[in-house]
Amino acid sequence: MNVGKIFSAGSQERVFQLKAKRDAGIDTPRWQEPQFLTCKKCERRATRQVWAKSLYVCPNCGHHQPIGGYYRLSLVLDHGTFEELDAEIDAKDVLEFPGYPEKLGAQKAKTGLQEAVVTATGKIGGIPAVVAVMDSRFFMASMGTAVGEKITRAVEYATAKHLPLIIFSASGGARMQEGIFSLMQMAKTSAAIQRFSQRGGLYISCLTHPTTGGVTASFASLGDIMLAEPGALIGFAGPRVIEQTIGEKLPKGFQTAEFQTTHGFVDQVVPRAELKRTLALLLQLHTQGRKHGA
Amino acid sequence: MIKDTLKEIEALDARINELRSSEPAPAADPEDELLGSDSVGPAPDGEFAGAGALAELEAQRSELLDRCADLTAADRVFLARHPNRPHIDEYIATLFTDFFEQRGDRGCGDDPSILGGIARYKGMPVTVIGHRKGGTLEENMRYNFGMPEPEGYRKALRLMKQAEKFGRPIITFIDTPGAYPGKQAEEHGQGEAIARNLAEMSALTVPVIAVVTGEGSSGGALALGVGNHVLMLENAVYSVLSPEGFASILWKDSSRSSEACDVMKLTARDLYEGGIVEEVIPEPLGGAQRDHQKLFAVLDTALERHLAELCKLGGKALVEQRYKKFRQIGL
Repeated sequence: MNVGKIFSAGSQERVFQLKAKRDAGIDTPRWQEPQFLTCKKCERRATRQVWAKSLYVCPNCGHHQPIGGYYRLSLVLDHGTFEELDAEIDAKDVLEFPGYPEKLGAQKAKTGLQEAVVTATGKIGGIPAVVAVMDSRFFMASMGTAVGEKITRAVEYATAKHLPLIIFSASGGARMQEGIFSLMQMAKTSAAIQRFSQRGGLYISCLTHPTTGGVTASFASLGDIMLAEPGALIGFAGPRVIEQTIGEKLPKGFQTAEFQTTHGFVDQVVPRAELKRTLALLLQLHTQGRKHGA
Repeated sequence: MIKDTLKEIEALDARINELRSSEPAPAADPEDELLGSDSVGPAPDGEFAGAGALAELEAQRSELLDRCADLTAADRVFLARHPNRPHIDEYIATLFTDFFEQRGDRGCGDDPSILGGIARYKGMPVTVIGHRKGGTLEENMRYNFGMPEPEGYRKALRLMKQAEKFGRPIITFIDTPGAYPGKQAEEHGQGEAIARNLAEMSALTVPVIAVVTGEGSSGGALALGVGNHVLMLENAVYSVLSPEGFASILWKDSSRSSEACDVMKLTARDLYEGGIVEEVIPEPLGGAQRDHQKLFAVLDTALERHLAELCKLGGKALVEQRYKKFRQIGL
């Protein structure tokens, strides 16, 4: 049962904003707050307020720090339009993998999330859309059956309601603990995207740090429009595996968002501050104005 | 371990054959005697091929083979990778006629680790595509051990779209350690190539049958595996990653791969129970490498049956059936 539905829209929004606040700046310890946050890349410090204002992009070097699912939704959705989909879907221990339920419990406790993806409907620049955000804190946002199911349902919802679809991908790949069932989620999600696409749906795929493995090799790569966050690692095989295979070091900047752009797999790299504006523009371009043959 | 058992069996095979060939007048057709002959006779020196010695050896062998009836997951991984297991060329040569190979992705290259083309199956034109590992080390190197680059997947997709255009059913054979994790593969979009295959395959309006013949690892296997029906040889394995990779990711120790085999549930039986494969094709005792023809005969019957079943469905129904099949996994 979706508990959120019992509450009024106003309190739903408040809960959402609280979750968003919780998810911001995810790499830092929350309660023993130091006043300053250190950039992982350039190691320069800035105050929490400055980081928050810059949407957790380093004010010094522009490094995009990973952010949580609800926070990302709060950045792109119009205020008061968030409505979560399938919040009750839970990971299943399909293989009866030793230690997996405990690990899942620990991930849930750590992040306060149910699974590695949040799916929702909302409006962006006044245009309704279905948005899914993967959250790398939860099991490295690996795709298990629940993630695959939530994504598929979101795609099917968008298909049924003729809504545009936006997916923010981030993933370490397939969820090992769910074995072959994880692998099959690649086929399941891709098939759903294909149906959505054949019915004329607009799918904007936004790749965030890191998007790898089975997610790259399925729905994340199938966008009509492909966007990426600056500096994000995007690839199929992880850099360590490639280095081991070919026996040499990879050049700097290999498999980054910028690399994928120059190699023809991403339309544009979009800084976080421009994200909402870009999405709104793309939605407008696809929903407003005259169409040929219409 | 199956490895040692197989070695013993092979040693016995050699001795039995030796005895047989030195036998002055074979009593019966040696083919028929293969499985346990109970002729008893005086046992002269092995040198001169007494029937008694032969019977004893054969009894030993069938006892060893009996041990192969119940294999662990790690044993099956070993068998799935056995170098003498039938390869794609052999499947095509035996099960199909008039094979015409098609090469190239029409983009920038041809990847030899995927073999594909048009052929006839019982007279019906079909498109056949499969991973190609090669039998010898030299071939392994040439075909990159059956690890495709994006060009390979794009070739496969080209062939499948063409099959759809001309109304040919598609039969794929899966046997790969995974998509090649190389530098150029990344530059050419390995992820995109696999994703595109998954999406497009899911919507093909012709029957698609995928047969997992050896090891099916990761997205590299699935990229040829979105079939209406998925068949799997008894000793084939199909998993999210190789057991070595799995152990190294999960436990940071690739030497625990046999432990990984047990928890991964990657055998044909496991997958059948999980509703991922439609049928398990039994293999000759001790593995397909021991008797190729026997395997082909069984597979042939199954393929014919599945193809006939799917050919009854129209294009839309095929797409719907395939969608549902994958849609319900992990629900």
